[in-house]
Amino acid sequence: MADNYIKHKYEPILPKKDEWPIVRLSKNRKEFINKVADASRDKILAQTGNSVDALKEELETTLYRERLRIKQNPWLIDPDDESAFWTKVKSSLVAITADLTLTQSQQKEKYQAILEDITLRYTEEIASNFKHSHYKITRRVVKFGFARLLNTARVKGFKSLFSSQYTLQDKIQIIGETDQLRDLASRGTIVMTPTHFSNLDSILIGWTINTLGLPPFIYGAGLNLFNIEIFAYFMNALGAYKVDRRKKNRPYLETLKTYSSEAIQFGCHSLFFPGGTRSRSGKLESSLKLGLLSTAIEAQRANYQKGIEDISGKVFIVPVTINYHFVLEAPSLIKEYLNLTGQERYYQETDEFSNSYKIAKFLVKFFTKGSDISVSIGRAMDTLGNYVDADGNSLDKHGRVIDCKDYFISGGRITVDKQRENEYTYKLGKRIVEEFHRINRVFSSHLVAFVAFQMIKRDNKKLDLFNLLRLPDEDISLAYESFKAECGRVLARIYELEEEGKLHVAPHLKQDMDQVIAHGLENVGMYHAKRPLIRQDSGEIVTEDLNLLYFYHNRLDGYELEKLFK
Amino acid sequence: MDMNLRNSLNNKPVGVIGIGSFGAVIANILAEKKQVIVYARNPKVVQEINQAHTAEGKVLHPKIVATDDPEYICGRCDILFPMISSSGFREVMQKFSPFLHPYHILIHGTKGLAIDLPPGKSLSDLQKINRENIYTMSEVIQNETVVVRIGCLAGPNLAKELETGQPAATVVASRYDEVILEGQRLLRRDNFQVYTNKDIIGVELSGVLKNIIAIAAGALAGMGLGENAKGLLISRGMVEMIHLGKALGGNTTSFIGLAGIGDLVTTCSSTFSRNYTVGYKLAQGDSLETVRQTMAETAEGINTVRLVKLFIEGKGLRAPITESLYKVLFEGFKVEVALQYLMKIPLNVDVDFLEN
Repeated sequence: MADNYIKHKYEPILPKKDEWPIVRLSKNRKEFINKVADASRDKILAQTGNSVDALKEELETTLYRERLRIKQNPWLIDPDDESAFWTKVKSSLVAITADLTLTQSQQKEKYQAILEDITLRYTEEIASNFKHSHYKITRRVVKFGFARLLNTARVKGFKSLFSSQYTLQDKIQIIGETDQLRDLASRGTIVMTPTHFSNLDSILIGWTINTLGLPPFIYGAGLNLFNIEIFAYFMNALGAYKVDRRKKNRPYLETLKTYSSEAIQFGCHSLFFPGGTRSRSGKLESSLKLGLLSTAIEAQRANYQKGIEDISGKVFIVPVTINYHFVLEAPSLIKEYLNLTGQERYYQETDEFSNSYKIAKFLVKFFTKGSDISVSIGRAMDTLGNYVDADGNSLDKHGRVIDCKDYFISGGRITVDKQRENEYTYKLGKRIVEEFHRINRVFSSHLVAFVAFQMIKRDNKKLDLFNLLRLPDEDISLAYESFKAECGRVLARIYELEEEGKLHVAPHLKQDMDQVIAHGLENVGMYHAKRPLIRQDSGEIVTEDLNLLYFYHNRLDGYELEKLFK
Repeated sequence: MDMNLRNSLNNKPVGVIGIGSFGAVIANILAEKKQVIVYARNPKVVQEINQAHTAEGKVLHPKIVATDDPEYICGRCDILFPMISSSGFREVMQKFSPFLHPYHILIHGTKGLAIDLPPGKSLSDLQKINRENIYTMSEVIQNETVVVRIGCLAGPNLAKELETGQPAATVVASRYDEVILEGQRLLRRDNFQVYTNKDIIGVELSGVLKNIIAIAAGALAGMGLGENAKGLLISRGMVEMIHLGKALGGNTTSFIGLAGIGDLVTTCSSTFSRNYTVGYKLAQGDSLETVRQTMAETAEGINTVRLVKLFIEGKGLRAPITESLYKVLFEGFKVEVALQYLMKIPLNVDVDFLEN
């Protein structure tokens, strides 16, 4: 992967919008929805082993949970007829039990009809609402609006209003395997899996995809984001389908997975944030939510089953890391991380992205102050985590071309083996995490945060993490010279790791150490009211918020750099 | 998936890689149900098998044919059983790698560890090693080949007893249900039970680590000590196995199963066991060199002691039996001295691994 960024203009790979898979999908929306609903129904029936009792129980559990959700955790975006729908389901279920004249097979038929209603309702709720006209507007807003902001900040004077000296591509650098991605996207189906630190990521990735000349990707966005008008508009325009994390019942989860799998089979490029939610700790994702990932593997197998063996039926996994100096939500994320005992809780609507005004304010700040972002595109892999060559062929570790279809073959035939595919999903998840670490790009701010936190930790060896974080900020100060020496040590190790191909380093780290540190201190968490690190006039390095420092420090977790501080 | 239909469709032969004593027994068991192709490196052995139906004297089922061509055996068989010593395992897998595909299933029966050394270094150059440097055989397969459906065989399976058809059982472990089912289907017979386990690393480590204790058991017997001492060793050995096994990534439960305690008791009592014999001869005063020269097949335990010793040093763990054996094997300590050292260890809690 090239580290030196070259600004590029990419031509669209599919100039006519009618060729875009997502446009084709939205034209066949109704048909597609029915297909997904039917496939989901069949899957659930198969899972209940075609037993009437099991099916009945599944429906009753779903009903119970849904009614509980409506009562305990209602959201603005919830449709008005929701209560009515589930009341109807309830009375239908009661009617079947009460009617003693029904034969077993009649009962079964009626239960199936209810299940069908539910999967259809869920599919319609999940399905994306892509409108090309909205997409075009959004694209224009993002491109021109942001360009204005940028240029107002950097080009002085009245001329700035019309200047196009700076574009978003100066602000957000796209590096890595961009050509491979473009090429494979025009011939096969891409599943992009980025790291997730901020709610801004989806817009950022949407912009990246557009800049690279790719047609829009579909992706699952938390339903909570649709509560906010500005996001809802962007999300719909970008082809988002809705994921409701409140619904944990089986019919919903199956429908969601089926939707994703069928869309991939349809040829829609997809975007999964495999971490599930934003990284609360600031660490690179180390374990992934495998549910959606499994749909990529399922879709690949289904394509082979349909006899599509060339590249047009192949699914490619492309890991992406987004590298920031600054994550807007960091204060609340890290707070949540430290408070949580590990269970996932419902999303709290109290953070910085809670309304359109705050977001607008952030965007102005973001574009008018100089803090850069880079997006690293990783090498494409097949659904088993093998790298692929220019023609999309899977390669083994020794560079031999292998047939991806063979992974699904048993006794000479393609077989459906859920347990096997679960293992494959687990393996793929591990590979993606490996790639995240490899393509991750170290920034000066990561370096200074890491070194400072490790030094503080070393000075307070006896304290565990939570007690350490409770240290009064005014008790902490690091002498500049020793801080500089430690930065040098860590950076030397980082260069070794780069040499071994285990990570990447931003070019701004290749200055002299004082400049690197100054750059890092200036950028680390630069928009927070309380800065994680500042250098005092006396030269000492101090912190205003240790939790935040910990958050930014975590970005370099997983490289065993902490061993340098033993 | 209809298993029976599928199996009846697939009448491909089954492969066995390596024809040592355990390999020969497994090949014979498999040959009762399937056609078996054996891979042997040595063309003379291949000729012997194909003409006389014996392998270095061991009688083989007449249905077994042999080849020295990896491409041929990989092309004919979907399921292969590597039955080779850990020292040659990686090399053989490298040789097979170009001919293996993701549809292949590999179930190995090797109870040893391999090490991945930095280029140009030998084991004696290293002060300590990490878990990433140590490979179980399933990890070697994953590392060298494209095969993912991997399983292993472990358990109290003394070749000499299996040859005579005495009742016994084995464990087939794999993360894949499919591999476990195939293993069961191919190996199960009236006098041979097949248990299953999903924790392949734990099962592999059980087979590997019990060899250390087996050497110690042989040493006790060689000194003429009795059953009290053996009971002490087996139970403390078990604790040490679990302690080390957990540090290397296995689950406690696997070690108290057939592949762990089952195999441990068998190997610690049997004069047939190679590792036991090593310990026995050392206690009688032979040097490691002499012991090695008199044995036809490798005793995996010697290498295991060496690797595990380096590992615990890197990790800061203690494992008294392994450490003492290391001194005996590689530092010229007398067995008696090592035993005295073991008996001086301050009293400790009897069992501390079953809580939680």
